[in-house]
Amino acid sequence: MSEQARESSYRGADSRGFFGPYGGAYVPETVVPALQELEAAFAKSQTDPAFAEEYETLLRDYVGRPSPLYRADRLAEAVRLGAVYLKREDLNHTGAHKINNTIGQCLLARRMGKKRVIAETGAGQHGVATATAAALLGQECAVFMGVEDIRRQALNVYKMRLLGAEVIPVDEGTGTLADAVTAAMRHWVERVRDTFYVLGSALGPHPYPTIVREFQRVIGDEAIVQLAERGVRPDAIVACVGGGSNAIGTFYPFLLASSAEDLPLLVGAEAAGKGLDTSETGASIALGDPGVMHGFFSYLLQDERGNPLEAYSISAGLDYPGIGPEHAYLHDEGLVRYVPVTDDEALVAFEQLCRTEGIIPAIESAHALALLPQLAEELGPDAIVLLTVSGRGDKDVDVVREAGIGE
Amino acid sequence: MSSADDDRSAARRGPSRSDTPGLSRAFAHGHPALVVYLMAGYPDRGRSLEALREVAAAGADLIEVGVPYSDALADGPVIVRAANESMRANDGFGLTEAIELAAQFVADPGLDEPPPVALMTYLNPILRLGPEVIAERMRAGGVGGVIIPDMPPDVAEEWLCVARPRHLDTVFLVAPTSTPERLSKAGEMSSGFVYAVSTTGVTGERSELSDEIEALVGRVRAFTTLPVAVGFGVSTPKQAEAIAGIADGVIVGSAIVKRQHDLEEMAIFVRALADAVHSTG
Ligand SMILES: Cc1ncc(COP(=O)(O)O)c(C=O)c1O
Repeated sequence: MSEQARESSYRGADSRGFFGPYGGAYVPETVVPALQELEAAFAKSQTDPAFAEEYETLLRDYVGRPSPLYRADRLAEAVRLGAVYLKREDLNHTGAHKINNTIGQCLLARRMGKKRVIAETGAGQHGVATATAAALLGQECAVFMGVEDIRRQALNVYKMRLLGAEVIPVDEGTGTLADAVTAAMRHWVERVRDTFYVLGSALGPHPYPTIVREFQRVIGDEAIVQLAERGVRPDAIVACVGGGSNAIGTFYPFLLASSAEDLPLLVGAEAAGKGLDTSETGASIALGDPGVMHGFFSYLLQDERGNPLEAYSISAGLDYPGIGPEHAYLHDEGLVRYVPVTDDEALVAFEQLCRTEGIIPAIESAHALALLPQLAEELGPDAIVLLTVSGRGDKDVDVVREAGIGE
Repeated sequence: MSSADDDRSAARRGPSRSDTPGLSRAFAHGHPALVVYLMAGYPDRGRSLEALREVAAAGADLIEVGVPYSDALADGPVIVRAANESMRANDGFGLTEAIELAAQFVADPGLDEPPPVALMTYLNPILRLGPEVIAERMRAGGVGGVIIPDMPPDVAEEWLCVARPRHLDTVFLVAPTSTPERLSKAGEMSSGFVYAVSTTGVTGERSELSDEIEALVGRVRAFTTLPVAVGFGVSTPKQAEAIAGIADGVIVGSAIVKRQHDLEEMAIFVRALADAVHSTG
């Protein structure tokens, strides 16, 4: 990677955690020292071969990496593209990309001497992945989850409990992901001395967006090797964006490896919910304005007084009024295109992948799949697309059934 | 430009005390200061204005006007509930409304030597409406300063650039976890006073106060000559008295907001706090 990196002018955050104007650490003073310690511990871990070896060994033997790159021919035919390569994060242990990050962060927690970890969760995937890593490393684990998400994702709630984690219901706001993040942060302020906060997406105060990206970039790093082995060069790369961790993990290595001219078209699918013309949406790039929430500056759905708005999406993992700061920057720089996808479009794509390939995707990932027909129209019938299937859909079958799909 | 000039001459015409609205005079009475936090617009706008006058009359040396916000990261259940109730009861209540409320109190405080007023707001409402616009409205309204719990000194430059020329004090917080480097930064960049958070955690009453407070106040004093006020968790006159023995000011929030719906009960409580704090030191 390092020779190729020279051709790219892409830079991540500056030393204060700003991607252009976005990011930073807008947090109560109580946790500032903890963030500084985290930054130092992370930097040290990144130059320690022992850390890399333990992390990589666990990703290989425990998570099952590298995740396969699968050429989905029946899907490509159905959407009229030349080829669609699916990066199969759904085949990871625990069924989503989230585990790449939680193993990394829980290893960091152990290095920092913290025996207790907390996390927020929306879909429950990050909660399950944190509970899993904590069980693996013998750490105490508590997961904050909105009451509405507890209802939508009953299976994952049970899994977390099986894994020995305590699930703490959050009955504020809409009882969804943003409320869970707020509750987890409040709790962290209280227990900052003995508790490590395992943040689940590429957001939050610096250094989290960078840490999460570094633990998720394995997705893109592997894809580059796997595509090269087949002599394939994608015209476009697509991923869904909630906070943005699977998307930045997919895009970042390509941003580093390519100059602006030969960068494939990078496309992030954000949740439009019931539509951009409704108030039930999660499309923070399309409809948001820059602001501060949960400790960072980025695009944010907010009211005229600056209160964050409640987001909505059929997918609990995309149901968030903000977006990670690096994505806000990539949007402004024109390096990534962000496209809103409605619930209905995602449901159609969900069913299509089930029927054409025998793969039940996470409803989050289905938002990325929903963009394939548009890309075919734009790029033509020979175009090659790489798409990250961020997770599998077992957790979503109740919600999808309620929506009348497959019946 | 011209509207700012108008505002400035309006301020000159106003009561003389609003020409020097800084927060530090709260600490110049020869006894420790009682700092009272109230939630703006709670239980409704009219009664929160009454509450400001009541606590001023009951002996508050400085009033923090809390701005209702839907994602109050540093606040516990009492303040969160009051904020939600304020937004609901007034069909929306935020920074603009809170500045107007504070300005109305400053213009007609109901007593001769009213305490200075600080706003306690999260950062995003300021960013949403524009730091310069907000700073100007605060100045024109006679607000003495701000406390912004999610704006540590590291990211305060934009705000300080508009606040300093208007002589608005900006109070930074220090916590038991603060390192010497952090204490020095907060001490250097604060104006008015330094806010020492008594314990790790969010706002809310505590039955026992942490034994770290005295050490923290001592550590802060090594880095600043500003008054140091202690807040978070102070719930009773007895606790307030203990804090008054070690700090220049005692900040009481949740325990007062809890009583804010009943002005009479609240005033009795604030008077008891004032007696306890003022008799110390
Ligand atoms: C399967 C899956 N995909 C995507 C997401 C969205 O998160 P991010 O944007 O951080 O990848 C989630 C979040 O819960 C998820 O579970």
